[in-house]
Amino acid sequence: MTEQTSSYCQVGSFAVGNRLVDPHLRTVQSDRLRPNALTSGHRACQGCGEALGARFVLDAAMAATDRQLIVVNATGCLEVFSTPYPETAWQVAWMHSLFGNTAAVATGVAAALKVRGDTATRVIAQAGDGGTVDIGFGCLSGMFERNDDVLFVCYDNQAYMNTGVQRSASTPAAARTATTEARGREPGNAFGQGKNLPALAVAHEIPYVATASVAYLHDLEAKVGRAMELHGARYLHVLVPCPLGWGAASRDTIRLARLACETGLFPLFEAAHGEILSATPIRHREPVEAYLRPQRRFAHLFADPPRTDDIARIQAIADRNIGRFDLLGERAGKGSR
Amino acid sequence: MSEHPFAITLDAGSSRDNRTGSWRVERPIYVDRMPPCNDACPAGENIQRWLYHAEAGAYEAAWRGLVEDNPLPAICGRVCFHPCEAACNRGKVDEAVGIRAVERFLGDAAIAHGWRLPERAPATGRRVLVVGSGPSGLSAAYHLARAGHEVVVREAAPRPGGMLRYGIPKYRLPREVIDAEISAIEDLGVEIRCDAGVADIASAMAEGAFDAAYLVLGAQLSHRVQVPAADSARLLDALAFLAGTEAAEPVAIGRRVVVYGGGDTAMDAARSAKRLGATDAVIVYRRNRRKMPAHADLVEEALAEGVTVRWMSTISRVEKDKVLVEKMELDSAGFPQPTGEFTNLDADCVILALGQDADLAPLAALEGVEVRDGLVVVDAQMMTGHSGVFAGGDMVPAERTVTVAVGHGKRAARNIDRWLRGETGGPPPRHELASIETLNTWYYADAGRTVQPELEAQRRQTGFEEVVGGLDEPNALFEARRCLSCGNCFECDNCYGVCPDNAVSKLGPGERYVFDYDYCKGCGICVAECPCGAIVMVPELI
Ligand SMILES: Cc1cc2nc3c(=O)[nH]c(=O)nc-3n(C[C@H](O)[C@H](O)[C@H](O)COP(=O)(O)OP(=O)(O)OC[C@H]3O[C@@H](n4cnc5c(N)ncnc54)[C@H](O)[C@@H]3O)c2cc1C
Ligand SMILES: Cc1ncc(C[n+]2csc(CCOP(=O)(O)OP(=O)(O)O)c2C)c(N)n1
Ligand code: SF4
Ligand code: SF4
Ligand code: SF4
Ligand code: SF4
Ligand SMILES: [Mg+2]
Repeated sequence: MTEQTSSYCQVGSFAVGNRLVDPHLRTVQSDRLRPNALTSGHRACQGCGEALGARFVLDAAMAATDRQLIVVNATGCLEVFSTPYPETAWQVAWMHSLFGNTAAVATGVAAALKVRGDTATRVIAQAGDGGTVDIGFGCLSGMFERNDDVLFVCYDNQAYMNTGVQRSASTPAAARTATTEARGREPGNAFGQGKNLPALAVAHEIPYVATASVAYLHDLEAKVGRAMELHGARYLHVLVPCPLGWGAASRDTIRLARLACETGLFPLFEAAHGEILSATPIRHREPVEAYLRPQRRFAHLFADPPRTDDIARIQAIADRNIGRFDLLGERAGKGSR
Repeated sequence: MSEHPFAITLDAGSSRDNRTGSWRVERPIYVDRMPPCNDACPAGENIQRWLYHAEAGAYEAAWRGLVEDNPLPAICGRVCFHPCEAACNRGKVDEAVGIRAVERFLGDAAIAHGWRLPERAPATGRRVLVVGSGPSGLSAAYHLARAGHEVVVREAAPRPGGMLRYGIPKYRLPREVIDAEISAIEDLGVEIRCDAGVADIASAMAEGAFDAAYLVLGAQLSHRVQVPAADSARLLDALAFLAGTEAAEPVAIGRRVVVYGGGDTAMDAARSAKRLGATDAVIVYRRNRRKMPAHADLVEEALAEGVTVRWMSTISRVEKDKVLVEKMELDSAGFPQPTGEFTNLDADCVILALGQDADLAPLAALEGVEVRDGLVVVDAQMMTGHSGVFAGGDMVPAERTVTVAVGHGKRAARNIDRWLRGETGGPPPRHELASIETLNTWYYADAGRTVQPELEAQRRQTGFEEVVGGLDEPNALFEARRCLSCGNCFECDNCYGVCPDNAVSKLGPGERYVFDYDYCKGCGICVAECPCGAIVMVPELI
């Protein structure tokens, strides 16, 4: 982990807090007075990774901006479960846009602040993977291209969860969704389709692009912190498991977010101006099967007979990421266990 | 008319009006589980708890936690066979926590800083006689004194400590360490009378008007085996030989020494012989290495010092300067059987280390005491068949180690206290074990075990200097921090951080956390992500 401190402290910097390290090395989440941008009483499912990810990101951003923050939110679970009128779970200035135009609305908010000469207040746009990768992509690409002063955060739960788990361009190969059923010769979502949005964001050569996972809090908070130090268009793509859509136990949300990274399926990296800067090494490598098995959306891979061919293709995707991003630290010569 | 802007009819309310706790079918609760180290410690130490203080560099608090159960940490930190480490969960992750080394560090720190043992409770006016000042007697005397009883320890030998002093050699347990920990107990007001052997327990109790007694005579008699020997042969008894190394003029042993036996005593006899000038120290043992009763650490240290072992061999006869050794083989049941193959081994002297028996003569006049296989039978409260007379340590059926003796002393003291107060009922039920499956070990940073320094080989052949060194402060701190805190919250903030519903409140340092059941949906993430297994889900009663 990049944020590891030098003197050994039991859980190092992997746990949320640690009574043995300096308070300034602990996470925002460990603070008794953390902002709780998304507070209790919201209607997300039990164990929702998106609710958790949104609090992690926005609390870190509020801490970094002295709470001077405006958040624009696309349609999706995050909006629906947080704001059934007249209740709101948001403890941050927050506005709902539409499903597809969030980046454009945030651009407008940033422009309005500029007109008013407000340099302190910062803008975050947030959306699910559908609102980012699919319907929102036109507005987002424009926001990138103009280098508007917005951090866009995608909470990737790998399908359109709010409307009943339909496939998005972020749904992984072989996953069963309501629109990619586990039937026929190629059950589940097709291999070789979909978009790699972090890579597309890097291709726009904007000032900052990063991926994060709710299982790596220190890494996530550090990335939000760095993003908030910069101006211009920035992009953060956060993996947020969805117990409902993935067919997983609600207690396994963080475990799956961790396994996605430790298998190599979801590489954690940072990039700036079109260059990859660093990747977070895997600490304990796991085979993809460890990640796939606990999820019912992949259950057909482990039926009788098992789809060993598909599992091998998914393993190949993971292996390719490990090589590409040097996730075992082999090229960096650091080695991992 | 409402004051709201166009198209707005209601004020924005907080989602906190929506008590999502009603969705829950299971609820998380905080628990304390029994760490495997604590479970395995014969002295019943709360290891996890004292390590918790040591991790923060609060060494005195750590030592205070330790001496709640065991007043001899500098001693046990050297000679305990550390069953805690064999049980330690970290052993399944990388290597066990060096618990004994940290215990020694704390014991030594207490001696160096002069930390005083906790004050005694107000005097009860009850008198307890402890017979024997070995580790078990010392432990009982300490706990009885703390409970406010008046304690007199009677010891037959000229100095207190039992086998700590007259058995275990200096190179494993320096005498200053024994003296320091014993005098700390004496400072509590415990009276230890040396050269004051008790010939008859019953009359000693009556004369001193004692209300109860704890008997810990140890096993002082070397087990006698008839080894045919020429009149001129030189045969020594291991216990006498080891006790003799304490004397100003150690016994003459010659240059070629044969030790007969395979226990810890045999190892120490051979290693001491080397230090007293023997060029050859050969152990003759009738079974193989795997079956040897001596503890593996001690065997390894002996071999490292040039002691050699003749496995699968017995001594048939001892002559003036040699012994006749017969080769053995294991039968199908694993017992050694003679083969009729003989060899000669040069020997200036033979040291017999074939086990020890208890001398129970002083108990003869005590009615009701049951003796089985030469050992005194006690119940779960450590009481003999004679009401008010308790016994423990090497003279009762149990493993013969210092820490078992210390644990017996504690248990006996607590039960004597209960008995004197006329209380019944046992100790509180034990917590469920914090097995490795209950932990989420991903969170712990990788860290190998710290190695204790060892005296160089040459100095281990020539003198009685301590062989194994202690950890320095940075290493002790590091080692303490390797503890996983199995089954007990160590305030890592994970549960507080990972709850998607903010249903955990953090109460601040040392105060732990509480669940807010108004909002907890019962997802179980906090349970899954607690590194040390200190949270469990229980069904919601609907
Ligand atoms: C050579 C050797 C090495 C050992 N090494 C280790 C080791 O490394 N680690 C370990 O854990 N254990 C070791 N042991 C075992 C350990 O020393 C004993 O298990 C432990 O000391 C038993 O404690 P105790 O209090 O029951 O008896 P003891 O330590 O034997 O003490 C009994 C005391 O009672 C006194 N006494 C006896 N009869 C009377 C009487 N009638 N009146 C007054 N006093 C009396 C004796 O003089 C003695 O001082 C070793 C033993 C030996 C012999
Ligand atoms: C233009 C438009 N099309 C369709 C919808 C219906 N709709 C609401 S949320 C949603 C899916 C959201 O998916 P995603 O962005 O991945 O967010 P998630 O719910 O998975 O967090 C859809 C299709 C809409 N609100 N607007
Ligand atoms: S459907 Fe998935 S993303 Fe939506 S609230 Fe439930 S768990 Fe969260
Ligand atoms: S890791 Fe710590 S608490 Fe767990 S068994 Fe080892 S010493 Fe005990
Ligand atoms: S993580 Fe939160 S909601 Fe889930 S069981 Fe724990 S306290 Fe309840
Ligand atoms: S998760 Fe951490 S803070 Fe919470 S109970 Fe477990 S050890 Fe304590
Ligand atoms: Mg989605």
